[in-house]
Amino acid sequence: MARYPKPAAGSWTEHYPQLGTGPVSYEDSISPEWYQQEREAIFKRAWLQVGRVEQIPRTGRYFTKDISAANTSIIVVRDGDDVCAFHNVCRHRGNKLVWQDFPNEDTSGTVRQFTCKYHGWRYGLDGSCVFAQQEGEFFNLDKADYGLVPVHCDVFAGFIFVNFSEQPAQSLREFLGPMLLGVEDYPFGQMTDRYAFRVECRSNWKVFSDAFMEFYHAPVVHVGQHLSPLRAAITQMGYEAPHYQVEGAHGLVTTAGSLHRVWDMPKENVKPADLATRSGLFGPWDKSDLGELPPGINPGKVDPWGLSSFQFFPNFAILIWEAGWYNTHQFWPTSHNTLLFEGNVYSLPAKSASERVGREMAAVSFKEYSLQDANTLEATQLGLESGVIDQFPLNDQEVLVRNFHKATADWVHEYEHELAKA
Amino acid sequence: MALLPSEFANLEPFATRWSLATERERWEERVSSSIDDMQALYDAIIPEVGEAIAYCDKFPLDEMPDDAVNLLRLIYSFVMVSFAVELWRQQCPPDTLGTQFERISEPLP
Repeated sequence: MARYPKPAAGSWTEHYPQLGTGPVSYEDSISPEWYQQEREAIFKRAWLQVGRVEQIPRTGRYFTKDISAANTSIIVVRDGDDVCAFHNVCRHRGNKLVWQDFPNEDTSGTVRQFTCKYHGWRYGLDGSCVFAQQEGEFFNLDKADYGLVPVHCDVFAGFIFVNFSEQPAQSLREFLGPMLLGVEDYPFGQMTDRYAFRVECRSNWKVFSDAFMEFYHAPVVHVGQHLSPLRAAITQMGYEAPHYQVEGAHGLVTTAGSLHRVWDMPKENVKPADLATRSGLFGPWDKSDLGELPPGINPGKVDPWGLSSFQFFPNFAILIWEAGWYNTHQFWPTSHNTLLFEGNVYSLPAKSASERVGREMAAVSFKEYSLQDANTLEATQLGLESGVIDQFPLNDQEVLVRNFHKATADWVHEYEHELAKA
Repeated sequence: MALLPSEFANLEPFATRWSLATERERWEERVSSSIDDMQALYDAIIPEVGEAIAYCDKFPLDEMPDDAVNLLRLIYSFVMVSFAVELWRQQCPPDTLGTQFERISEPLP
């Protein structure tokens, strides 16, 4: 018996009939050839989130970002009101332009111009070539022809997106669509206390993303995060979400707030350290006052509302929590069976030590959970790569996983179709 | 020279080892410490954690005296070891030894 009403079609999955209900192949997560197709069809054509505007608050502030899946590094720089992105490659002889100490690591800083470490060519913040060392030694060199190669760049709600297509098929806002545009008025820009995490993991980027699109695993993988008297009941109860939404390649899952109200639970069921810090996995118990939230945060009108997890195709997610904070997940493939995971926890600037302590508890909890996910997903990759099984059943709580794998395949096939036409 | 405010002199024996500035240092101390050592830290702090937080709250975050900052860092270490003590009874969550999850930036203190 479902705890929450399902759509009239009988299930969330059947509510989106294009998804089907049959078993799903995971060949897409173990094939090196398929990954090469994903790089061309998805990572060189979709809008990709690369950071927030608060990282580059003033003219000349920049960061670099290595995007292995697109086989490039980019420079993202503030130039007045503009945020610009360029391939991080010197036009003279191809040296990676901006790096520090380690050529393959990202860096950030403030500059007036970018100067190549090899032969000293210099570029303005708008990418134009402003200086070529011993210019007279060249043959008919016109610096105007040698600016940095620009990358399409646009900002949504303070999140910086890039697109490696020559001409993106859709604007960023068209690509995001109404469901994701619904988070636009959330006060992301005020929430500048940031705890940032990263891990390199031996699993396919989709296998890793899958675990952040469903909570079906939570009462099993994470049950140990509760005190032992509760564990059996939590696993037995399982997990159901009151609302799912699929919009093209993007997805949304909303959880119910009743699960989050730790402070309403009998004290003997709450970890003493949570009681002491008034915080835990779901964030500080004393809610941050963010004013009225935009209705797009909870489009399923779930009441009591707990969390909305917005899945931005292909590899980004924003999770907005009832307690007044948000976090992001990003899944960057580095090969067909490895990825870089980046996680960030954001809240309003703490006004006191007690607020900081509450956030520390939330950030430490995030790590305890993420360690469990990361190690499990390496085990999943090993199991899939054995090749013993090629069809896997997905249930209704895994509807976003089903949609995600279908969406990646659709993008690959659509691109192949385009190439064939051309 | 005491590291902590005099009101918390009883926690002084823990301060050299556990008043650590960053999560990276606190995590490394956790994974290289015995459960008994973490239990001792936990047991010493939990009765006073409310008072300790209230003490730190007397100062603006960017103007805390050094001894209050050390006390706040000790509270962070209490948070760090609480998972090992309350849940796992070992340093790391079960079945997580094959991975790392690095915190690369955080607000200070």
